[in-house]
Amino acid sequence: MRYETPTTTKEAATLLYKEKGQAHILAGGTDLLVRMKMGMTEPTLVVDIKHIPAMQAITKSAAGFKIGATVCGAAMTEHAALGKAWPGLVEAANLIGSDQIQGRCTMVGNLCNGSPAADSVPAMIAAGAKAIVVGKDKRRTVAVDKIVTGPGKTSLAKGEVIEAITLPARLPRSGDAYLRFTPRTEMDIAVVSAAVNLTLERGVVKTARVVLGAVAPTAVIVAKAAKAIIGTKLDDEALEKLTAACAAACNPIDDKRGTIEYRTKVAGVLAKRAAKIAYQRAGGTL
Amino acid sequence: MTGVLVSTTINGDAVQFACPTDETLLDSLRNRVGLTGAKEGCGTGDCGACSITLDGRLVCACLVLGVEANGREIGTVEGLVEDGKLHPLQEKFIEHAALQCGICTPGFLVAAKTLLEKNPKPSEEQIRYALAGNLCRCTGYDKIVRAVQAAAKEMRKK
Repeated sequence: MRYETPTTTKEAATLLYKEKGQAHILAGGTDLLVRMKMGMTEPTLVVDIKHIPAMQAITKSAAGFKIGATVCGAAMTEHAALGKAWPGLVEAANLIGSDQIQGRCTMVGNLCNGSPAADSVPAMIAAGAKAIVVGKDKRRTVAVDKIVTGPGKTSLAKGEVIEAITLPARLPRSGDAYLRFTPRTEMDIAVVSAAVNLTLERGVVKTARVVLGAVAPTAVIVAKAAKAIIGTKLDDEALEKLTAACAAACNPIDDKRGTIEYRTKVAGVLAKRAAKIAYQRAGGTL
Repeated sequence: MTGVLVSTTINGDAVQFACPTDETLLDSLRNRVGLTGAKEGCGTGDCGACSITLDGRLVCACLVLGVEANGREIGTVEGLVEDGKLHPLQEKFIEHAALQCGICTPGFLVAAKTLLEKNPKPSEEQIRYALAGNLCRCTGYDKIVRAVQAAAKEMRKK
């Protein structure tokens, strides 16, 4: 196995593009090393991207936050300004694994692993996050919801690497929230999850985004659920419509961790609770 | 063995070892450096028995490649003893009988030390959350939590 430590994203992309065998990107390694240990992959090339300066920091500008691809969960939790602007997103990223995992795991890894139950992904999509994708010849910016195409599958071409995630400038009176259901309170994988991001104007929801996780092959944007609460102060009727829209959007698996019926019901409940939290965080009074 | 030379710092000492690129840092520490404090429980990042610090961050050594340690600072349970004196956490683990078989203990000690460096006065709930990545199948955790509380109290006196 070749182990490379490029210092630019383009160099990383070129290495990955040229490799004829099994190539993997290594950031936190919390998925890759498990897969290697289980014999699910035998890489011929591992590209450690942690030596690339463009991927290492959380930066804030007028355009919003930029979170480098190798920023670990713990570093996100420690970043006060990020947590103030996007508490739901930071909470979602913080739910991944233990403190030991948080010391290594990254949001981009969570995204590219392609798990339908990835915690940070619904929150990123609700936030309107974009991925800066770098290939050997060109860069492109892609909405995060266009990255995962199915369990374990992404739309990235051979050699393409995500350099960073960008979040839009935060408007005043905005809030986000992410909730998930797990049998244990820690160290577990979401059975159902919901992320809500919204902006208010005089206490009325002006814009909203509702995203569900673990209830379909990929995270699902529920436009009808957002529509149900836009123009309202989250009254009971609006929340009932949101709940119904979420249930209708579910296409979950049926397993011992949660039946189809159960996941479908809980999705609506979590979305409703997340909407209330996001609303209060945006300064609304329920 | 075809290996890569890794220059790193372990518990403050400069250390060099050579390892294959696909070897975990846990295996490098145990089999090449001779530091067997970190244990392999699951090997997949679930049990925390191999907890170490990498540039000050708590991580599972089983989920780090040995080659990744190049140029970085590692802290292991062996670094808790200072001038031949046990760390307050170690003292309190003994006093409170916070271990039985002992396999999980090094991981708990490293994780608890990392917690107390960030939060010298954690609540019981905070301790339980911070140690959620460390599994113990003997003690039922209560004695471990009490030992950490006692050590925190002791350390605050200093």
